[in-house]
Amino acid sequence: MKTNRRHFLKVAGVTAMGLAAGAGTAAASYLPHYDHVAPNHDHLTAGRWGMVIDTRKFHHKEDFLPLVEACHKYHNVPTIPGNQEIKWLWTDSFHHSFPNKHNEFLEEKMHHQDFLLLCNHCKNPPCVRVCPTQATYKRADGIVIMDMHRCIGCRFCMAGCPYGSRSFNFQDPRPFIAEQNTDYPTRTKGVVEKCNFCAERLAEGKLPACVEASEGKLIFGDLNNPESEIRHILAENYTIRRKPDLGTEPSVFYII
Amino acid sequence: MLEYALKGDKKYWMWVGFLGLLICIGAYSYLQQFQQGLVLTNLSRDVSWGFYIAQLTYLVGVAASGVMLVLPYYLHDYKKFGNLVVFGEFMAIGAIVMCLLFVIVDLGQPLRLMNLIMNPTPNSVLFWDAMVLNGYMGLNIVVGWASLEAQKKGVPYAKWVKVLAILSVPFAFSIHTVTAFLYAGIPGRHFWLTAILAARFLASAFCAGPAIMLLALFAMEKTTKFELGKDAVQMLARIIAYAMVFNVFFFFLELFTAFYSNIPGHMHSIVYLFSGLDGYNAMVPYFWAAAFMALLSLALLIPSTTRKCKPVLIFALIILIAATWIDKGMGLVVAGFIPNMFEGVTEYMPSSTELLISMGIYAIGALIVTVLWKIAVSVKKEAAA
Ligand code: SF4
Ligand code: SF4
Ligand code: SF4
Repeated sequence: MKTNRRHFLKVAGVTAMGLAAGAGTAAASYLPHYDHVAPNHDHLTAGRWGMVIDTRKFHHKEDFLPLVEACHKYHNVPTIPGNQEIKWLWTDSFHHSFPNKHNEFLEEKMHHQDFLLLCNHCKNPPCVRVCPTQATYKRADGIVIMDMHRCIGCRFCMAGCPYGSRSFNFQDPRPFIAEQNTDYPTRTKGVVEKCNFCAERLAEGKLPACVEASEGKLIFGDLNNPESEIRHILAENYTIRRKPDLGTEPSVFYII
Repeated sequence: MLEYALKGDKKYWMWVGFLGLLICIGAYSYLQQFQQGLVLTNLSRDVSWGFYIAQLTYLVGVAASGVMLVLPYYLHDYKKFGNLVVFGEFMAIGAIVMCLLFVIVDLGQPLRLMNLIMNPTPNSVLFWDAMVLNGYMGLNIVVGWASLEAQKKGVPYAKWVKVLAILSVPFAFSIHTVTAFLYAGIPGRHFWLTAILAARFLASAFCAGPAIMLLALFAMEKTTKFELGKDAVQMLARIIAYAMVFNVFFFFLELFTAFYSNIPGHMHSIVYLFSGLDGYNAMVPYFWAAAFMALLSLALLIPSTTRKCKPVLIFALIILIAATWIDKGMGLVVAGFIPNMFEGVTEYMPSSTELLISMGIYAIGALIVTVLWKIAVSVKKEAAA
């Protein structure tokens, strides 16, 4: 019922816009493209997807490795050496991960600990705001996702993302993919890419690859549902987010 | 009137041929970049814009500076610019063509350029930048051409030409304001996140642009024996001096805000430019040179005795252009990415591919300006004879 109404409003709105502008097709292209795809009946849905990373459960480099590997293998992320690299999920130190949490007398263990980094699927994503082609857009369930066929490679979104979550294909990535997963597309040179919260797996009723590989260290769920597991965990634990002062409202939380 | 471009002496054709050669070299480099991708640049995940976008930024300023002739002439009826105003408009055309080319060579998927128009996205500043740049170019083509045509026929320009010329004034301001908004609206990049950025851009545009124009006009005066007019030259030099004063002043405002507030994010990029950060200091010599040249150019341009001496004026203009170019055509974009989003430093210097392609684009701009100015001079000489 609710979706029907929303759909009607959307159609009505688009029609009105089309009439007003005299450019119905231009307005229709404004609709996110996933609208035309019929969802799988057992796909996972949410009002706003979010993730909690329990950093207390990660101790060594080896704890992160299976997660990063699961993501990069699944999504055909190439392994390119040097500073033109591509990464969706990676780790960095406390100081680099939370630059606005400077503390001269930081707890000793924080100096040695690494933190898992990925796209935050911000509620107010600057990358979406700056993209001139809507190749990067936010879905109704909060996932910030990309249309690789529309991206012109202007890299405005890379300047716009305050979290360094985005990578650019400076060259054809295919020679750098050790083993191709044929279930997921590879990219071409000249487009940007990043973590997509495993939208394609959610559509099949599966949790993200990194969450699955984490054995409970990552919690994934609906931030809009007060009864969800993720909301209970957020209510019971002190969590921080990266650069909250920028107003982007990240959907990835860290239990410290 | 195009036929005038085809009638030239040996020197003219040698210059055109030389530019043609540079264009071919640039085109060949671009072909390679087109095939292999931006891997041929020194851009990186951290410094994702570089030389190309910096040149775009600088040249938008050069384009906007045409207004420093249009405004006094059409709005304040300053007749002494009458002979020069079309050169300003034509230089703006060359500059905008270069801007658009710099955007295109920077794209990872240039063949999809039209996605920008097919999916118009009003929330993206890049969309508006493309709109105002093209609008400003169209206005300059129409106004420049129509006023020249009128001069050829020996009649005063039509009323609508004046209307469009005046319309081009807000457009000139908007192209540089919108280009500043590309940077100034981005959260998390402190060096760019400053309300005065657009004003700084305009100030540097209104000194650097006319300075380049004046040097080119001097070159033209020498090769074609076309009289610029002493008063017009001095007026332009004064405009340049004033704009440079504002430019330097605005930069001091940035320094005060950053260092008195003592907020690390606001200081880091500036510290990087002037003394290096975490041991990375590739930009430091350039920036001290720029600061020195900027102050020296002011010292030479403000007193009327030095400003009125042509060799000194030429020298002052050259160092002014160098200083503003280092500031805007190199430092602004790169330092915005330093430190990166993880408080680390990845340095950047353009690769040979980037330099060769940029050289080719500058040659295209020079060729356009040469041809258009050639036409303008020929028409004006004929009309005067
Ligand atoms: S983290 Fe960056 S890429 Fe991800 S949604 Fe936020 S701004 Fe966009
Ligand atoms: S690089 Fe692609 S996704 Fe990023 S802003 Fe440009 S068009 Fe949009
Ligand atoms: S959510 Fe999916 S795409 Fe994102 S980091 Fe995890 S595995 Fe990779």
